[in-house]
Amino acid sequence: MRRHWIPAALLAVAVGLAGVAATAQTAQDESEKEIERYRAMINDPMANPGYLAVDRGEDRWAQKRGKKNVSLQTCDLGQGSGKLEGAYAKMPRYFADADKVMDLEQRLLWCMQTIQDLDTTDVVARRFSGPGRVSDMEDLVAFIANKSNGMKIEPQSSHAKEKELTDIGEELFYRRAGVMDFSCASCHGESGKRIRLQALPDLSTPGKQAQETMSSWPTYRVSQSALRTMQHRLWDCFRQQRWPAPDYASEGLTALHMFLNKQAAGGETNVPSIKR
Amino acid sequence: MLSRVILSAVFIASAGAAFAQTKPAVDQAKVETTVKATFSKASSEWKSRIELDETQRVCTQTHNKVSVAQADAIQARELARVVMPPDGKFLGDWKKGYSVANNGRGGQFSDPPGTVSGGNCFACHQMDPKEVSYGTLGPSLAAYGKDRKYDPDLIKDAWTKIYNSQAVVACSNMPRFGTMKVLDEQQIKDVLAYLFDPESPVNK
Repeated sequence: MRRHWIPAALLAVAVGLAGVAATAQTAQDESEKEIERYRAMINDPMANPGYLAVDRGEDRWAQKRGKKNVSLQTCDLGQGSGKLEGAYAKMPRYFADADKVMDLEQRLLWCMQTIQDLDTTDVVARRFSGPGRVSDMEDLVAFIANKSNGMKIEPQSSHAKEKELTDIGEELFYRRAGVMDFSCASCHGESGKRIRLQALPDLSTPGKQAQETMSSWPTYRVSQSALRTMQHRLWDCFRQQRWPAPDYASEGLTALHMFLNKQAAGGETNVPSIKR
Repeated sequence: MLSRVILSAVFIASAGAAFAQTKPAVDQAKVETTVKATFSKASSEWKSRIELDETQRVCTQTHNKVSVAQADAIQARELARVVMPPDGKFLGDWKKGYSVANNGRGGQFSDPPGTVSGGNCFACHQMDPKEVSYGTLGPSLAAYGKDRKYDPDLIKDAWTKIYNSQAVVACSNMPRFGTMKVLDEQQIKDVLAYLFDPESPVNK
């Protein structure tokens, strides 16, 4: 289209260019195929190290801790005391006892503080695992989220605070700031886009791409050799957006999670998944 | 001249439909409270980086779908923030420009202090047609200078676009590299050379 004004004398050059473009396109297709092959190869639950985190999380859930020396097994995640099945698929949600909408991490910290009377300073310091540093939070989330496998993501909106935080999450999704003017929508606002070779899910539209994204977190990230939760994913997004580091288990992250779950409603949870 | 008309048409098309959008009422004060609560532990220097300027505020509130009047206001304001090179020279060293285009570091909270920012152009644009790893968030820039016959007027236009994309397209996805001091004057000259030097792989 752009070249239609090129004089006919230059047509041969244009044809030559098209040849180069075709070669590049073939190379492009080949790299995408390789990436797909790699994804298929690592997507084997029996070989997914994320399940080690699930096992550690099960132990941590039952471990007696804090000044009260009790386990977390009476923690109410929205389905009743200690009930885990399907809880994650319906979180974040409003909790009347805290009068607050909470995601799983916020709720677990609340249960540690109120049920166990545990000083959570150390738990929060180890919020993200690293070499020689396990994360109770990542392990607990892996264990609990896994109990929603096969269940559909159900965004919560019956309480006014749930609706309000979802709307705030949508505003945050489009909020442009920082030296690069980036928002979440800068990368996740259109379908079929890539950053370098990485395909970007469109999270601005409800449906399949949002479902596939949200139903596959927490995930085991091969490149980081670690189980990661949505808290870490959003923290890393803000890093790439050139925003400051968000506080762990803070309101804005829960707001974004609420909005993203709304986009992903009906997606079938299958976690921990495994990703690059 | 004709090519300039076509160029403008491409810019307008990429701006998307310029419709004003009526937004559902969300209490803006509550959004601000949430933002404060979410970045409470950031340093004051970091906090200041996410205070919205007028352009960011309009693009945020309209979800980038600005009215014609809003777009005009943004473009006029941002055009006034473009600084042309004082020595009148627009083109630097294309090899250095490649390094700037290929560098995605800088400006992240994980970067050590003093990290030099890159333009990270390849994240969103095809440039050298032989480079396979490029993004598609922005249009292809392969053969950019060659397609424009290395026209000096279009080199100036490209300077403006890189220095402040929103001087050209309101609420463009592209950063305002010069105005926001992501890239310095020399880096922009080098990137321009990468786009416009006949010897640059972009034009091969």
